[in-house]
Amino acid sequence: MGKEIIIDPVTRIEGHSKITIHLDDAGQVEQALFHVTQLRGFEKFVEGRPFHEMPSIMSRICGICPVSHLIASAKACDMLMSVRIPPVAAKLRRIINLAQIAQSHALSFFYLSSPDLLLGMDADISERSIVGVARANPSLARNGIKLRQIGQQIIEMLGGKRIHPGWVVAGGVNNPLSSEHRNQILAMLPEAITIADSMVSWFTNQLGRFKEEISVFANFPTLYMSLIGEHGELETYDGWLRLVNDHDTPVVDRLNPIDYKSIIDEAVTMHSYLKSPYYKPLGYPGGIYRVGPLARLHIASSCDTELADKSLAIFRQLDHKSSFHYHYARLIEIVYAFEKIQQLLNEKDILDDHARAHAEPNAHEGFGVAEAPRGTLMHHYRIDDNGLITYCDLMIATGHNNLAMNKGITQTAKHYIKDGSLSDGILNRIEAVIRTFDPCLSCSTHAFGAMPLHIQLMASDGTLLDETKR
Amino acid sequence: MRVVTLTINDQLLSGRDDETILQVAKAHNIQIPTLCQLDGLSTWGGCRLCLVHIHGSDKLSPACVTKVTEGMVVETESERLNKYRHTIVEMLYTEGNHICSVCVSNNNCELQSTAQNLGIDHISLPYLYPSRTVDASHERFVFDPNRCILCTRCVRVCDEIEGAHTWDVAGRGINSHLITDLNEAWGESTSCTSCGKCVEVCPTGSLYEKGKAGGEMVKHAEFLTYIEEMRKNHK
Repeated sequence: MGKEIIIDPVTRIEGHSKITIHLDDAGQVEQALFHVTQLRGFEKFVEGRPFHEMPSIMSRICGICPVSHLIASAKACDMLMSVRIPPVAAKLRRIINLAQIAQSHALSFFYLSSPDLLLGMDADISERSIVGVARANPSLARNGIKLRQIGQQIIEMLGGKRIHPGWVVAGGVNNPLSSEHRNQILAMLPEAITIADSMVSWFTNQLGRFKEEISVFANFPTLYMSLIGEHGELETYDGWLRLVNDHDTPVVDRLNPIDYKSIIDEAVTMHSYLKSPYYKPLGYPGGIYRVGPLARLHIASSCDTELADKSLAIFRQLDHKSSFHYHYARLIEIVYAFEKIQQLLNEKDILDDHARAHAEPNAHEGFGVAEAPRGTLMHHYRIDDNGLITYCDLMIATGHNNLAMNKGITQTAKHYIKDGSLSDGILNRIEAVIRTFDPCLSCSTHAFGAMPLHIQLMASDGTLLDETKR
Repeated sequence: MRVVTLTINDQLLSGRDDETILQVAKAHNIQIPTLCQLDGLSTWGGCRLCLVHIHGSDKLSPACVTKVTEGMVVETESERLNKYRHTIVEMLYTEGNHICSVCVSNNNCELQSTAQNLGIDHISLPYLYPSRTVDASHERFVFDPNRCILCTRCVRVCDEIEGAHTWDVAGRGINSHLITDLNEAWGESTSCTSCGKCVEVCPTGSLYEKGKAGGEMVKHAEFLTYIEEMRKNHK
């Protein structure tokens, strides 16, 4: 008789979801499924809205990465206006996106995942939170909080507030950078870079403790996709799309992101509101690919900043196929983000007053892309003659990873669950696979620590065989 | 014209007998909330937020249209008045689709500031979620009926100051809504002079300039009092 194990809700991620694990008659795992149980509806309800409102509406998709939505949306609106935005506006947008990548990565690594990484996957549930981390290793917790704080402060200085800043608008940004704010940000960066780099070193020394997890946490060959710069370097704001295979050989290169539909299609599954994009030539579900920090660092030829490039050399020695190394990639990207912000703030035109272009709608179709903390984010709009939205398609970073997340939890569940026997540590590992991807399932739902975990053992006829709650 | 004395909120005050309670209160820094009243336009008394209690009368009276009289005793604040004002503002929110966080007038909106001043931090009535279509056909301006509270300031300024009478109200009761000309798209209006006065007097983000993003639309209705003064001087 088959059984089903349900983990509901999945904790320490952004949003609402559950996992079901299906066992065969022998008690062995057949399949695990990741269900996203919420529906947002942004693509539909923005129809009829004036396109100039889109960035501020779209930023409300997410309270963790509103800046990436602002940027992808504003870029799509730039195209609707057919303008080339002032160069300083592009640089300022790039800076605020980098600040957001840094703060979001700090949130993911330190607040959500460090309890597992410091205290261990089998640590007592009451201690497995950022509070437990603060008790066991206060400086680690302090460093995580500091890194997130600095990222958020940069966003606030540029955009006026930390969450949902309305500063990024169609045509550029609505205020140039003041020299006072530039100096304040520059003064914070050395400490941020030092802390972030020390955290990369700390985590390098921890990897030996997680050999088993590295070998089974979504460890399989897939394609990787991200933006790249003109010379193949790490890129978060503009550039070309590149897909590589698990040997880092490009299968798609220098593709204009607006042509994303030529290589990506989306499948809909009955078990989840999250669609499953796949690489068209390999079909569904064979066209599985991953995005986000792991993909970006596999794809980029360099980070183009000093300390991040040193760590990138170590990253290249790691197991290419394991999603466990999302964590490592995330830390390197924090270093990169702060170093890159420092470079950009020292450019001579960064205080230019002309930071916004104005225009009416001049094209009926607009497309914007950015690298969000979790991966490649695409906004695609169409408008009528009056500038009202008639069509909206969003490709969210977490969606790209859906197939890999499902395959990943199946792999981990098969490895750890033997004869249907469960333990808290095993269930935590299955959740931890999802956490490596740092999925963002909604805007502001942000749970960590002792969220209720409800596990049910179901017979194939629906009978409840066993149940535990915490 | 003669001077009368009256009491507002236990303060003994004086005013001209052709002034309203609202005018006398305002002259003495006593705040009474309003949304439809605007200096320089005719009074309409439609929003009912300025209702006050006049001793000797069981009915509440709108301060914007009630003239002061000798010996009048007025209360502008009470639990009953506060409850009415709360309900009126909540009903304005539920009748339309007011999403402050993404509105062009966020932080520059009279409906929003009125709600804040009244301490409204949630809406207890059910939302109606009406389906209303944005009119962006005008070359320079947008009309978003989702944010319209039917204060009729635009109707009055267009008729009384600009003399175009492009705006009017169609329908009855809950189905009342603004129209331009004979219910044509604003961009096709032959009477509209594109002066923008309606945009400047609109208390919410319902009428705004094209190209504005969230929170960027700041209105300047003070031009009305300048026009009023200049026209007086030319008489």
